[in-house]
Amino acid sequence: MLGLTLLIWSLLPIYNMLLIALDPEEGEIEFAGNIWPPEPSLSSFWDVVTQEARYLENFWQLFGNSLFIGSFTMVLTVLIGSLASFAVSRLWLSRGSLLTNVALLTYVIPASFLIVPYYLIMHAYGLYDNLWAVIAAQVTFATPFAILILQLYGRLIPLELDDAARIDGASPIQIYLGIYLPLMVPALAVVAIYALLLAWNDYLYQAVLLSLRNMTVSMTQGQLFADVDAEWNAMMAAGIIYVLPPIVLLFAFRRYVSASLTMVSAGT
Amino acid sequence: MSTEQLLAVAPPRSARESGGPPGRGHLRRSDFRWAIAFVAPYAAVFLVFFVYPFGYALWMASNSSLYADLIADPFYLPTVVNTLLFVGLGVNIKMFLALLLSGFFLRRDWWIKPLLAIYVLPWLIAAAQVCISFHWMLQQQGLVNGLLSAWFDIDGPIWFNDRWLAVGANLVAYIWKWMPFWTVIFLAARMTIPRNIYDAAEIDGATATRRFVHVTFPILANLYLVCTLLSTLWTLGDFTTVFVVSGGGPAGFSDVLATLGFHYAFDTARPALGVAAVMSALPVLVPVVIVLMRRFQTSEVRL
Repeated sequence: MLGLTLLIWSLLPIYNMLLIALDPEEGEIEFAGNIWPPEPSLSSFWDVVTQEARYLENFWQLFGNSLFIGSFTMVLTVLIGSLASFAVSRLWLSRGSLLTNVALLTYVIPASFLIVPYYLIMHAYGLYDNLWAVIAAQVTFATPFAILILQLYGRLIPLELDDAARIDGASPIQIYLGIYLPLMVPALAVVAIYALLLAWNDYLYQAVLLSLRNMTVSMTQGQLFADVDAEWNAMMAAGIIYVLPPIVLLFAFRRYVSASLTMVSAGT
Repeated sequence: MSTEQLLAVAPPRSARESGGPPGRGHLRRSDFRWAIAFVAPYAAVFLVFFVYPFGYALWMASNSSLYADLIADPFYLPTVVNTLLFVGLGVNIKMFLALLLSGFFLRRDWWIKPLLAIYVLPWLIAAAQVCISFHWMLQQQGLVNGLLSAWFDIDGPIWFNDRWLAVGANLVAYIWKWMPFWTVIFLAARMTIPRNIYDAAEIDGATATRRFVHVTFPILANLYLVCTLLSTLWTLGDFTTVFVVSGGGPAGFSDVLATLGFHYAFDTARPALGVAAVMSALPVLVPVVIVLMRRFQTSEVRL
């Protein structure tokens, strides 16, 4: 019984998205009491994919921009986070918690509160309407959590491995690449997915820091509100296509994610 | 043992003296340079993209006349109330339900795994898209009113014309999206609790409720507190939900601080006022972060 309630609760808004996307008429969101739409049509999906929908004429470019931001956020967060975490947990043990604390200071101010300074600063540096500005912002807000996860997970890896490598003459960079990274793969997977989801989920930073020349799919959803005549079914179809990649990725990596979550929860 | 065998077992002293125990809180000179090099990228990111904007925001918000303007503005105080409700109710209801549901998902029925996969979908779907779905569900001709009239013959209200209904809608959307994430965290933690503790409790005659109150909850208490604090921070900063679902509700009366700041800065072209509005949440944010940092140092679960 509870299971059924949870099923309906979880699926209702998603079902609504599908209802709207499958409707053949544009701008039609009136619910007529049918559980399954009377004339389901994939025409809106087709319009989006072939770039014929209004506002989405360059859908694949928009998607490419989103992908660009997401991938680089992911890669940079993993790289910068793991380097910093390695430094303090393997090379400079006594200062480990200091790094985590300083990094966590980033969350004293939620990301959305800093949007105004970011806007002004990016303008001043000529980085307005540049995808890298968004990437920089996302990496800044994803890395502290990454460092935290990597610190917690790193405690599980014995330092004796590093000692053994040193006796064999390994330099820190070799220890980082040969021992640390391979053993941290589950935690790195979690960090990567978290960073990707953060960038993928973002609306505010993309909408404010980018303009029409460099739009992303996330931003087009905001245009729905500006224009009453937008093709609602196509917009929703685009939204559905947009949400698929992270879901696919997460199911591909679910074993790593559950292992790391267990470790983090048990260690707190 | 012969001398050669002894030497083979114990390494010559000179080799050990030159190295010393590496990394045990003691830094060799060459390692120091590496440590600096490895931390440098993050330090750069932190300074340029956090400290600088934060400092800039503090400078913008340091003008005390802004705060007089805020109090005088008819939207500010209702927004503060909305934010307190959104954060207070949102975080606590969500966390408590997540804790209870984590117990539900421990069951071993065959349908639990697929149900969990579906249950987690809200977290995975991008915020703006799903909030748009909520926004439309609650339009006058949307799904919710349609279901109400088709099945229960009730004429649903115009959801976003009433301040409290709009705030409630934002709350429900937020809980819907984020409860799965915290449920999974609690579920992972509960899975690490050894089964024999529960078996011992059952043998002693503890009912399910007592097992929860006296075994599960004390073990999860620290994690629960940490999650609540972290969620408070994140909920306070949540912009997308309120912006998209109610759009500020009837004429801006369901805004929270994050959306109000945006509105001041970008819609009415008063960026300093926008920054001041969000900075007014600092007295809540800073203590929460301090307590959080202390809690993360706490020892591991002792079983």
